[in-house]
Amino acid sequence: MNQNLGKVMVPTAAMIIFLLIWEAVVWAAGWPKYKMAAPSDLLPAYIKHWDLFVTMSWQTLWRTVVGLLLAVVVGTGFGMIMGFSRVMRDALYPLLVGFNAIPKATVVPIVALMFVGAHDFNTVLIAFMISFFPIAVSVSIGLSTLEPEYRDILRSLGASQSTIFWKIALPKTLPEFFGAMKVAVTLAFIGTNLMEIVSPHGRGLGALFDSGKTNSDYPLMFAVLIALAVLGILLYYVVVALEKIFAGWAERPAQ
Amino acid sequence: MFPMIRIEGVRHAYKTPSGPLPVLDGLEMSLDEGGFSAVVGPSGCGKSTLTRLISGLMKPDEGKVMLHGEVVTGPRATVGMAFQNPVLLEWRSILQNVILPLEIVPNTLSKAECEDRARYLLHLVGLEGFEDKRPSELSGGMRQRASLCRALVHKPEVLILDEPFGALDAFTREDLWQTMHKVKENEPFTGVLITHDLREAIFLADQVVVLSGRPARTQYLLDVPDTGPRDLEHLYTPEAAEMLAILRHQIEIAQGRAPAEGEAA
Ligand SMILES: Nc1ncnc2c1ncn2[C@@H]1O[C@H](COP(=O)(O)OP(=O)(O)OP(=O)(O)O)[C@@H](O)[C@H]1O
Ligand SMILES: [Mg+2]
Repeated sequence: MNQNLGKVMVPTAAMIIFLLIWEAVVWAAGWPKYKMAAPSDLLPAYIKHWDLFVTMSWQTLWRTVVGLLLAVVVGTGFGMIMGFSRVMRDALYPLLVGFNAIPKATVVPIVALMFVGAHDFNTVLIAFMISFFPIAVSVSIGLSTLEPEYRDILRSLGASQSTIFWKIALPKTLPEFFGAMKVAVTLAFIGTNLMEIVSPHGRGLGALFDSGKTNSDYPLMFAVLIALAVLGILLYYVVVALEKIFAGWAERPAQ
Repeated sequence: MFPMIRIEGVRHAYKTPSGPLPVLDGLEMSLDEGGFSAVVGPSGCGKSTLTRLISGLMKPDEGKVMLHGEVVTGPRATVGMAFQNPVLLEWRSILQNVILPLEIVPNTLSKAECEDRARYLLHLVGLEGFEDKRPSELSGGMRQRASLCRALVHKPEVLILDEPFGALDAFTREDLWQTMHKVKENEPFTGVLITHDLREAIFLADQVVVLSGRPARTQYLLDVPDTGPRDLEHLYTPEAAEMLAILRHQIEIAQGRAPAEGEAA
């Protein structure tokens, strides 16, 4: 079998099998639609609300991506500060850990009240807050575990700190960074949706889910979940593609 | 005429949480241009510290480190370094790894000239054909050869080797000793080699410096006579056996396992 074909076929087949099992379980258990929707119920939901799905998915997607980009910038910044300075690491770590330990579901209503009406801003903010921690930690660990010999070789040639960062520290941290990005992508989606569901008059897939709930439209709710999963997969593989381009060297050849 | 490397009365202590840790105390050393010095001494006595002083990564608390009669005050691009850990950059090819110093040290070479220089050195150490490989595709000995090329690519006046062969097996190590001789014939540099291996020291160097235990001072100097080109057979001559015996005895003194001359037993 062609290798590339296999790369698409195997996950697709897995997906189809998953949907079949789901359909079979719902059918066998005899669950009514309001208890558990089957895949066959979802298609009508998508057709009925097609335009809503497109606009809401876009809303969710761009806000997640913006939150994520912010998390990358701020997380890398914090990571650099903590990676290069012991004092800053000792100072910031407990703060960051504590901040990360706060369940974001409790922060959502606070933020929603703080910036009433700024729905886009709020959503981006929560997506950012929930996803920047793994990025900061991975960058700081990547930088602080740099073997001293690397630094010595460049410094003995008279290289500046920024040369050392660009030539060695940054590329060396990329594999850890992308590892963290894969976690951050999913977290950012959770953040976006928390805000979308909780905010009154929200937009995005979360809001669509909420309206499905108020109208007891169970197939719609399940359809939203699947749409979220699809977006999540999409963004995840964007990260994987970027990782291949920028940190492909870290992949060991398959044995 | 100044010696290439001159170290005078160097004292140095590290600041640690439990107070200063004196590492070097009364270090003297002098090495002429083109010379090759091996430094041996007990583990943890301050050999790597010495290399950091020569390369200008650190300044001594007291005393002088001079290159060409000029006091070293900071890093200078005329030094090349290689360590026990070859630390090649995994995202670069071997050729690009070797070129790295030329991207940092100011020079007038074109890109093609840089590559030619790197290719020439890789050829010299027997790595032709591996230019486009990744470091992970090379064996430990080959990586160490590449690291050696990187240390030499910018034509340093001083080459500092801190136990570069320490992690290699005995056969690979002997291979690399011979490569070192070949490199020495083709590249003009003054060498300082830190090693734990006394045979390596007398095979490669023309001067062996024995450091005392911490805080290290220069305890003993052995001149290795120049008897023309050396091959491994030289290590099994009576002269070599005698030198090794002297050095071994000196190391025992440095470790405190044998009394120093003149001391009551
Ligand atoms: N940055 C540092 N801060 C504090 N102490 C240090 C530092 N670097 C080295 N030391 C201490 O100084 C002493 C000498 O270190 P150095 O690395 O120079 O020894 P060495 O002779 O190279 O040892 P080895 O043979 O194990 O390589 C050691 O006891 C070490 O623990
Ligand atoms: Mg050492």
